Amino acid sequence: MTTEGGSEAEVKKEPEKSPEEQQEEQQSDPSESAPNAGTEPQPAPDNQENVEAEPAEAEPASPDPTSTPSPSGQKKEKGISRFLPPWLKRQKSHSQAEPKDSPAPSDTPTQPPTQEEVGTGQEEEGTRGEGTAVQSPGATQEVESREEEPEEEAVKAENSVIGTETQPVKEEKEGDLEEEVQQQEEQKGEEQADSAGVSPLKVGKKMKLVVCHVTLLDGSQFPCEVEKRAKGQYLFSKVCEHLNLLEKDYFGLSFKDNADQKCWLDPTKEIKRQIRNSQWQFAFNVKFYPPDPSQLMEDITRYLLCLQLRQDISSGRLPCSFVTHALLGSYTLQAELGDHDPDEHRLDYISDFQFAPTQTKELEVKVAELHKSHKGMTPAQADIQFLENAKKLSMYGVDLHHAKDSEGVDIMLGVCANGLLIYKDRLRINRFAWPKILKISYKRCNFYIKIRPGEAEQFESTVGFKLPNHRAAKRVWKVCVEHHTFFRLTSPEQPAKSKFLTLGSKFRYSGRTQAQTRQASALIHRPPPYFQRTSSKRSSRSLDGAPAVSVSDHAHLLDSAHTLGAGDNGRDSALELSSDSKSPQVEEGAEPGEGAASAVPAEPALERKLRVQGENIYVRHSNLMLEDLDKTQEEVLKHQASISELKRSFMEAAPEPRANQWDKRLTGSPATSLRQLAQGSTEDEQSSGLNGQLEVVEVVEETVVIEEVIKAARSKNSISEGPAADATATERAPEAKDERSASSDSESEEEAEYHPQLSVSTDSAHLIREDPEEEEQEVELNRDTTPTNQEQHPIREDVTAEPASAAVQREEQTVAQQHEEEESGDKVLVIPDKAPNGHSHDRETPPTLCTEEEEPCVVNGDTSHVDGERAPQVICCSEPPVVKTEMVTISDTFAAQKTEITTKEVPIVHTETKTITYEAAQQDGNGDGEPGVLMTAHTITSESLCTTTTTHITKTLKGGLSETRIEKRIVITGDSDIDHDEALAQAIKEAKEQHPDMSVTRVVVHKETELADEDE
Amino acid sequence: MASVCPYGAFTHAIVRGIPESFGKPAEGGEAIETDMARAQRQFGVLMGALRQKVGLQLMEIPADAEFPESWRIEDVAVIQGDTALITRPFKEQRRAEAEALRQVLSELNMNVVEMGVEEGGSGGATLEGSDVLFTGKEFFVGISKHTNHRGAEVLADTFRDFAVSTVPVCGGSRLKNICSMGGPETIIFSNSEGAKKTLRMMEQLTDNHYDVLSVPETVAANCVYVRSPAKVDFLLHPTVDECPDSIAVFQKLPDYTLLPTACSEASKLGGALSSFCLLINRKFNYF
Repeated sequence: MTTEGGSEAEVKKEPEKSPEEQQEEQQSDPSESAPNAGTEPQPAPDNQENVEAEPAEAEPASPDPTSTPSPSGQKKEKGISRFLPPWLKRQKSHSQAEPKDSPAPSDTPTQPPTQEEVGTGQEEEGTRGEGTAVQSPGATQEVESREEEPEEEAVKAENSVIGTETQPVKEEKEGDLEEEVQQQEEQKGEEQADSAGVSPLKVGKKMKLVVCHVTLLDGSQFPCEVEKRAKGQYLFSKVCEHLNLLEKDYFGLSFKDNADQKCWLDPTKEIKRQIRNSQWQFAFNVKFYPPDPSQLMEDITRYLLCLQLRQDISSGRLPCSFVTHALLGSYTLQAELGDHDPDEHRLDYISDFQFAPTQTKELEVKVAELHKSHKGMTPAQADIQFLENAKKLSMYGVDLHHAKDSEGVDIMLGVCANGLLIYKDRLRINRFAWPKILKISYKRCNFYIKIRPGEAEQFESTVGFKLPNHRAAKRVWKVCVEHHTFFRLTSPEQPAKSKFLTLGSKFRYSGRTQAQTRQASALIHRPPPYFQRTSSKRSSRSLDGAPAVSVSDHAHLLDSAHTLGAGDNGRDSALELSSDSKSPQVEEGAEPGEGAASAVPAEPALERKLRVQGENIYVRHSNLMLEDLDKTQEEVLKHQASISELKRSFMEAAPEPRANQWDKRLTGSPATSLRQLAQGSTEDEQSSGLNGQLEVVEVVEETVVIEEVIKAARSKNSISEGPAADATATERAPEAKDERSASSDSESEEEAEYHPQLSVSTDSAHLIREDPEEEEQEVELNRDTTPTNQEQHPIREDVTAEPASAAVQREEQTVAQQHEEEESGDKVLVIPDKAPNGHSHDRETPPTLCTEEEEPCVVNGDTSHVDGERAPQVICCSEPPVVKTEMVTISDTFAAQKTEITTKEVPIVHTETKTITYEAAQQDGNGDGEPGVLMTAHTITSESLCTTTTTHITKTLKGGLSETRIEKRIVITGDSDIDHDEALAQAIKEAKEQHPDMSVTRVVVHKETELADEDE
Repeated sequence: MASVCPYGAFTHAIVRGIPESFGKPAEGGEAIETDMARAQRQFGVLMGALRQKVGLQLMEIPADAEFPESWRIEDVAVIQGDTALITRPFKEQRRAEAEALRQVLSELNMNVVEMGVEEGGSGGATLEGSDVLFTGKEFFVGISKHTNHRGAEVLADTFRDFAVSTVPVCGGSRLKNICSMGGPETIIFSNSEGAKKTLRMMEQLTDNHYDVLSVPETVAANCVYVRSPAKVDFLLHPTVDECPDSIAVFQKLPDYTLLPTACSEASKLGGALSSFCLLINRKFNYF
């Protein structure tokens, strides 16, 4: 069946996708009005697909006796289904279809036939009775699972993975029909709640919905219904979804506070708390203006940036000269109207557009004249030209704030990509580049920056500015922190988790940095989305009645040119797949629980200690920084130059070199590969990388790009130590913690500090040297920092991954390697063991949640699929109190491979771990292919506020056919309030979008929750 | 931005002859011993270099004895792209010097902006072109005896595409006395302590990268750089007699055509090579 199923899946995908996307777009509108609207888009397409899928798959399904998902599996699935993307759901549905069509007791060993029949019966009834075939499958499933295992429910509830607690009782009591209906409703409710970003724990309560009005860049309104306690992230992702925007990290939602000041909506916080008494009225805006828009990956992103800039220009926020107004205006016309048409375009066609704050006839004439000269330019080209000119404007991307200097003189603070600019009127009177700034803080209505001493000076100085009020001071501070992190760091600094000195604002920018977003967007592989260019007159509201001409544009000039360039929040990373590769494997690890929490998981006691140490370390660091970092402007420039050179070289590097690198690395670390061979299992060996990942990433703030280069060598060494890695991993985690906590200083709402020192320009190399501990981290850091110079340093993770994959391929199984998920730094290292998938069991007690999607390679008829999942061993350092670990495998496979094992173990403190594996159907042929050859492996890690994505791509050559497997690990980290399901769903969806030609085979979810602490 | 192109691509130069009143104190100043004939000779050499060597189209405004300092035409206007800002020199009697210039500018189809018109006299704004360094990417305005903040603001308002930074002028009376452009991304800077201070400030204020060519003699810090249409880099600089130690520095510039041009007489009056000419790129286009 593998072959069939696989090809089928592929075929289906294509059609699926487009309707799906369209649907989503279309739905967004209607969805608002309906109460359930918010969540509608996702389920709806699913259902549709289910419908489509069922008939098709029914055939192959029945012949193949397959193990049906075990009860627990189903239950899980139900929960997961909420966030599983449509294509996955389809598979699920087909598994359901199977019992339906062939009511005969299934072969599944695990599942009692009776129950299944019951389930089937119900389902059928539901279908008949309601005629809502669409919804029934899901509902039925729910019923099944509930009935089967009431006990489990309890567990579930406890675990809070999926909050369906109350349902079972009701359901059982009620008639089938009613049940169905109710379930549907409840399901919806649940979905809403979840997607609204509410923690599963709170799901039980009924949520109130609010309609948010979001003004988009083209001036249109996008109403969006959200749960009242939803977080900013939810709304933002809804808007991006509506816009079909992947590179969304440059954007944000803003609102006006009571004082009519523009504020950015913090994605990590509840909307309601931020807007206070203001209207639920938001604007979608560019938050971080990319210094080089040509590096954006997608035209749609550039288009949105253009819209923002047009707004900025016509409103006067972005001042420019007459000539520039004319030139930019002419590009606008070219983009929106196409070539100048003398017949159609009389002179007054222009006056529908607003090109400048005050538009003169003279300007319009000039615009028209220039417009004529752009003949033949595509809209995308015109946008690019527009941006190329706009980006040079001196006020491009400068966020201005009114302030007074120490002498009470009115000035403006301008926050931009490079640092802080001080203006008096229009004159730039001072400038503090990020590398020059040691600390940013505010206290009451004062805003301070501590400046690194110059060559001649001995001491750092602090410059203070007076803002109109406390809120304004905090706003500037926040904007500075965000800009610094976004433009200057390779990955965000995690907000302080310590409850230690919690007086202050713990605010940190938690989204992706530019480096990360570029990296991520480099992986965007979707057909350029179609979008309509609305006439820009919309943005100039004063003008009405102009004919709206929209030019759709499909030209992608830059795609190939900029490999890295684009920034996008795509959480997915798509790598270049080699031509024939068809079976990508995607592994995603997500931590629904609380990523953040998991990061700082067990052993409170230990942690505290560490934290304390951390503080010390931090101090040390800062001293170091003072000493080492004081570089002259020139040096900084040089650094930057070298960085950009690296970047360039990286960008220019063809994929091939990468492979080479990999090869080198592979050979370089014999230990690892040997080990794996010995094990003969598919898996990654040490997950050391990952482990570090979470923590390290947070720490990484300090990582310097430059440093990375330097480290490259080092990391290699460490890599060769393969085996040692495990051991070190444990240690590492704590260290990471230290750092993290260290960086968080105590701040009060009234005042807060931010130390940007650890920034790119800084020579962290020194730092590291001083701190032996850090060295270790660094290796991992390198990994994280990959964005710029991936080639340069071997990333440990990669290394491990590779061998693993190699091994897998040796077995010729299309396999998903499992990464270890040791995302939770503390917890530990995972030691992989592998379970041959023949009976796929995953027994894992991995601390984290990992979703793996696997695609069976269809290429060879014999594809066999082996999943080895290693069960990470959790090493508890200290008091191991309450840890629940649950592992569930959900497989729809017809292959006999499915097994799911539920394990409850009691390893770690305060941590819950769940693993859910979702597998697509696969045959268990034993692969007889030749040992796979690892063509490319690539790991990219990026962290956004709540997600980290790791991607492994493995290309295998089998008998002339090559197959490519992509594994993605997505780590979702966040507060208890984050809706991980939603985040995961989003991530999966994006992954899917990025690899339209691949299918998802397997999803493994590890969920790790910090129980006690976070609940408070 | 429309008007951004590498610094140095000029097509025209506006100059104004040496008046008979050259060296005479404009009003109550102390007289300085100058050799007018020599000054005129030097001016002639400069014109010749610009016209014949560099290949610029020269527009000469006749000298006017009424304006002893009118030869310092650089002061009375700041030109970038197609826009010319008529400045408001510190000395009142110099403000009339611009009259003749306006005609020339309009012949060139320049968009002329009057600084003096603003706010009925610009609220005390003063600005002289010799305090303005345009690098092709941004403006630096030296705050000096001749130029104040208000003047800089007007300039910033006129050339909105560009960042306009103000810097203190140290080590010289005008910004251009201590620095000038020596290439599209090269600034020639005097080595003096004061100049270094200004340089540091500029470095702090800029987002761009410039190479700094440091010359030991302050007089050597003022040169005229033009990149001819044939892509040849020309640098007019003071002669060996004026700056013996700096010549070697200039010679390090790769592939430059060096044109030693004397301006010793102008130097006595605080002028320099750049004082003599307004450089214009009339071929600017929008792309």
